[in-house]
Amino acid sequence: MAAQHFENPEITFHPDHSGGTKKIWKIFWVLSALTIIELGLGYFLYAKHGQLGDATVLSTKIVIGILTLAKAYYIVSVFMHLGDEIRNLIMTIIVPLVLFVWFIIAFLADGNSWKNLRNTRGKSRTYQTEEVSKEAVESHK
Amino acid sequence: MGSTAIPTGTKWWSGGKSPFNVSYGKVMMWYFLMSDAFTFGAFLISYGTIRFSVNNWADPNHVFNSFPFAGHANLPLAFVSLMTFILIFSSVTMVLAVHEGHQMNKKGVEKFMILTIIGGAAFLGCQAWEWTHLLTGEHVAMLGDGTLSVLPTTVKMNPWGEALTQKEMMNALSKTSHEQLVAIANTLHHGAENAHHAAASLTNQELINQIATSEIHATHTGPIAFGGYFFGITGFHGFHVFSGVIINIVMYIKTKLGHFEQRGHYEMIEKAGLYWHFVDLVWVFVFLCFYLV
Repeated sequence: MAAQHFENPEITFHPDHSGGTKKIWKIFWVLSALTIIELGLGYFLYAKHGQLGDATVLSTKIVIGILTLAKAYYIVSVFMHLGDEIRNLIMTIIVPLVLFVWFIIAFLADGNSWKNLRNTRGKSRTYQTEEVSKEAVESHK
Repeated sequence: MGSTAIPTGTKWWSGGKSPFNVSYGKVMMWYFLMSDAFTFGAFLISYGTIRFSVNNWADPNHVFNSFPFAGHANLPLAFVSLMTFILIFSSVTMVLAVHEGHQMNKKGVEKFMILTIIGGAAFLGCQAWEWTHLLTGEHVAMLGDGTLSVLPTTVKMNPWGEALTQKEMMNALSKTSHEQLVAIANTLHHGAENAHHAAASLTNQELINQIATSEIHATHTGPIAFGGYFFGITGFHGFHVFSGVIINIVMYIKTKLGHFEQRGHYEMIEKAGLYWHFVDLVWVFVFLCFYLV
């Protein structure tokens, strides 16, 4: 830390940067391991395609999603050093992102209900624009 | 967190100090990244909504199963894993560059910035290959009128529906025009010029026999939204990678010229690093939404 001389009067105290690169490499291996587990689960879904119940598929996908959030946590906290910043800054970044929880629930539920409407009432909710048109194929050649 | 004692009664919000104890530039980078996270989040949630709303969304293991120089080998998840590891690794070299900056080690910053730039360029190369592969692909799919066509994956065309049954396939073949049958037969033997001429001179029935006895994978078409979302979101991410590489090159040149050494700190490397890690962060979610689930 002594090596660096901030001229910036905005900075009251400096985070401790004297540590080595051990932690960085540790996080690299954590991220790699999480990715490999995700790929393993993804391959499991592929290899067992059509043989698994809906609940198994869904819960496997949720596990993959949680592992992704863990990767996101390590990237933001360690690589972006947000974990070293003071609490107020962390909160102004993280709290607005909580809105995503509601966005995801609301929009995916909406999409799902749209599908249910399509599959009932004699499939009256299908739209031609959602399929590949003959014109698009002709004009491509 | 810092262990330095702060005088009691410090007026954090009266100006001249950063209540967050980081420079203005870094705070603004964080807020920019937060707004960018909302942009990407909105795109991905929109994608999820449309994907949830249809029955026949493309199975990523069928769409993304190729690898450069591997021909037609079925390798789901392989290429995207390579891209993911390239990006994770370039994130590590970036954070090592920031670390060298803290130590005021100019040579170290230069070395790790170069490695980061190479990683970013490698990722962009992979993406260029993947896009080319999809945009120039040849997949036999049945259109709404019941005829077969040879389709690539574009923002208007998606050949990745469910597989046709043998009966559907024969029915569709009988409706398909001579021109399209020749095009389909030509996908069976790539690159053989003689075969192309031969196919054109065959009768419809001969072509149908040839196609029906081959190991062709004909499918229904899928929802056209697939291409728009895939190329839109991976393109927007790729554009971030591209601009990140440009920023990193500028940072490398400024390091090389000694600008940061004169300034007494390498904070610009930290800010470029924040952007670069954000690009990796977004990829983690793109990887999840488009390739894994």
